[in-house]
Amino acid sequence: MAIFLNADSKIIVQGITGSEGRKHGARMLAAGTSVVGGTNPRKAGQTVDLAGHSVPVFGTVAEAMAQTGADVSVIFVPEAGTKGAVIEAIDAGIPLAIVITEGIPVHDTAEFWAYASAKGNTTRIVGPNCPGVASPGKSNAGIIPADITSEGRIGLVSKSGTLTYQMMYELRDIGFSTAVGIGGDPIIGTTHIDCIRAFEDDPETDAIVMIGEIGGDAEERAAAYIDKNVSKPVVAYVAGFTAPEGKTMGHAGAIISGSAGTAQAKKEALEKVGVRVGRTPSETARLVRDLMNAG
Amino acid sequence: MDLFEYQAKELFAEYGVPIPQGRVATTPAQARQIAEEFAATRPGAKPLVVIKAQVKTGGRGKAGGVKLADTPEEAEEKARKILGMDIKGHTVHSVLVAGDTKIAQEFYLSYLLDRSDRTFLSMCTVEGGMEIEDLARERPDALARIPVSALAGVDHNKALEIVRAGRLPEAAQESAAALAERLWAVFTDEDATLVEVNPLVYTDEGQVVALDAKVTLDDNAAFRHDWDRFADPTAADPLEARAKAKHLNYVKLDGQVGIIGNGAGLVMSTLDVVAYAGEDFGGVRPANFLDIGGGASAEVMANGLDIVLSDPDVKSVLVNVFGGITSCDAVANGIVSAIGMLAERGEPVRHPIVVRLDGNNAAEGRRILEEAAIPAVEQVATMDDAARRAAELAAGA
Repeated sequence: MAIFLNADSKIIVQGITGSEGRKHGARMLAAGTSVVGGTNPRKAGQTVDLAGHSVPVFGTVAEAMAQTGADVSVIFVPEAGTKGAVIEAIDAGIPLAIVITEGIPVHDTAEFWAYASAKGNTTRIVGPNCPGVASPGKSNAGIIPADITSEGRIGLVSKSGTLTYQMMYELRDIGFSTAVGIGGDPIIGTTHIDCIRAFEDDPETDAIVMIGEIGGDAEERAAAYIDKNVSKPVVAYVAGFTAPEGKTMGHAGAIISGSAGTAQAKKEALEKVGVRVGRTPSETARLVRDLMNAG
Repeated sequence: MDLFEYQAKELFAEYGVPIPQGRVATTPAQARQIAEEFAATRPGAKPLVVIKAQVKTGGRGKAGGVKLADTPEEAEEKARKILGMDIKGHTVHSVLVAGDTKIAQEFYLSYLLDRSDRTFLSMCTVEGGMEIEDLARERPDALARIPVSALAGVDHNKALEIVRAGRLPEAAQESAAALAERLWAVFTDEDATLVEVNPLVYTDEGQVVALDAKVTLDDNAAFRHDWDRFADPTAADPLEARAKAKHLNYVKLDGQVGIIGNGAGLVMSTLDVVAYAGEDFGGVRPANFLDIGGGASAEVMANGLDIVLSDPDVKSVLVNVFGGITSCDAVANGIVSAIGMLAERGEPVRHPIVVRLDGNNAAEGRRILEEAAIPAVEQVATMDDAARRAAELAAGA
């Protein structure tokens, strides 16, 4: 099971001939992921060598899907062309599009999100500016290191890449069903709530870890959702208690505006609905460990 | 990036959004000269001009940063008072000298990102002029919030819907809608995340004019615009400016522990953990945010250390790296060569550097640092303990 991504997932890479696409395409293959092709309209019909594997390059996502049966696209296309790449993936009707590219103008993201919605959300979008989705032991779509953790029964959803890696590493002996990096931009496709809902429904997930950070109200919304809909235990961590107002902290979405989007407000909203919130990443990992050991 | 009012109004003018005539001055003499031009075209006008402090913060009026002048001499004198003034920590380096507008009524209109609903939002009300956050809190019903689709945008009908929802008087609706439509073009074509007009005024002559202008541009869209013209060398902290020139993601804070890490989330988290630990050491706090990103090459590490150590408030440094894709041996080699590079530049490291390496190939990374035996470098195994040690060293320094 796991969520969004499993052992049968067939992955294509949009932008497979670029340096990032090649590097991470090879890493995904090395992790045992089924990378069945890639796209570059100017290099259709060629193949690209990824660490000894010859992978076909197609002109379009639709063509790649027709030829290979791909159901996931990982997008590395640079920021000026990302919007077009995502819209192409939506038009082709691919079920899952994971947008790794960072630095995308928010008007572009708003537009491709509106486009996906207008098409009935038949394509799930993860990202942009995210590390991707990993279901350890099954499939790895994106740039999450495959060798830092093991397969297990914790579900993880996070705005931050490195904190995701650290959490996966600290709990590597217990293991994860799926880890989803949803990205730190102001507008993202898949949200904390989407992942929490999927983990709640996933028989292979016993507990949920969510990592949030300053900016927006996604964590507060997740808290309200958890209160009404989630029976599995949830442990959370929120970064940015010391962040000053009005300064962007690395991620485009990580900014406190006036009194909105503070870490304190997020922590309080989560604790109010019974979610345990760790003070540090390590303490959060300990809370999860205790929970899994007790269960 | 936030724009000054005069810059936002330059953009408005390019898109045909009506604004009061005016020009920016950086000296009292310039303010006088601009006022003289107004006096020539509008002899006898009273007040002749309004002088507005150009700062990227609200509450200018209350702080005394907006003054009226009846003559060019008075304009010079008022500009002298405003220039150099401190408004909420922002020094006034320029003033906008604009013609006076006869205000019949004040409205409010804005476009912004709606992060929660992943779309855009227009806010509009007939009750302009006041702090919009106060109105939203005290009487939310008075402030219309109209979602705007990124695909459909704002055409004339949508613009009319917005100004009617804001209960603008009927006589002003057509002109206000025309302005709202042009303002939408500013918002989308200029890649803004906020365009706000407060107040939007209805004049005695029956015109609708943007009396104030606030624009925030999306830094991610800089690659497709010519935004160098908006650069503000007076605003940035000198260290932030130096970091930006080196393409480092650095934010200056007010503490004593310099922070270097990889990944925005991990660095934010490191600041928090240092602040918690600092509570036990007399309130030591993080001195900065610095994300050196995934690669963390020796050169990037050297530039990062250089910036952090240039901060005179810094007493100790915490390097907190989790090796994901980057392996820790590369990071350790980066730290060793960075410290070597700084010594060669004649800036040897004099403050203690606490290093925590974990994740991919951490054992090898730690061995490399141990063998290098750099006196300033101390390794600590966990993030929490490393933060504690860095806080302790900063307090003891």
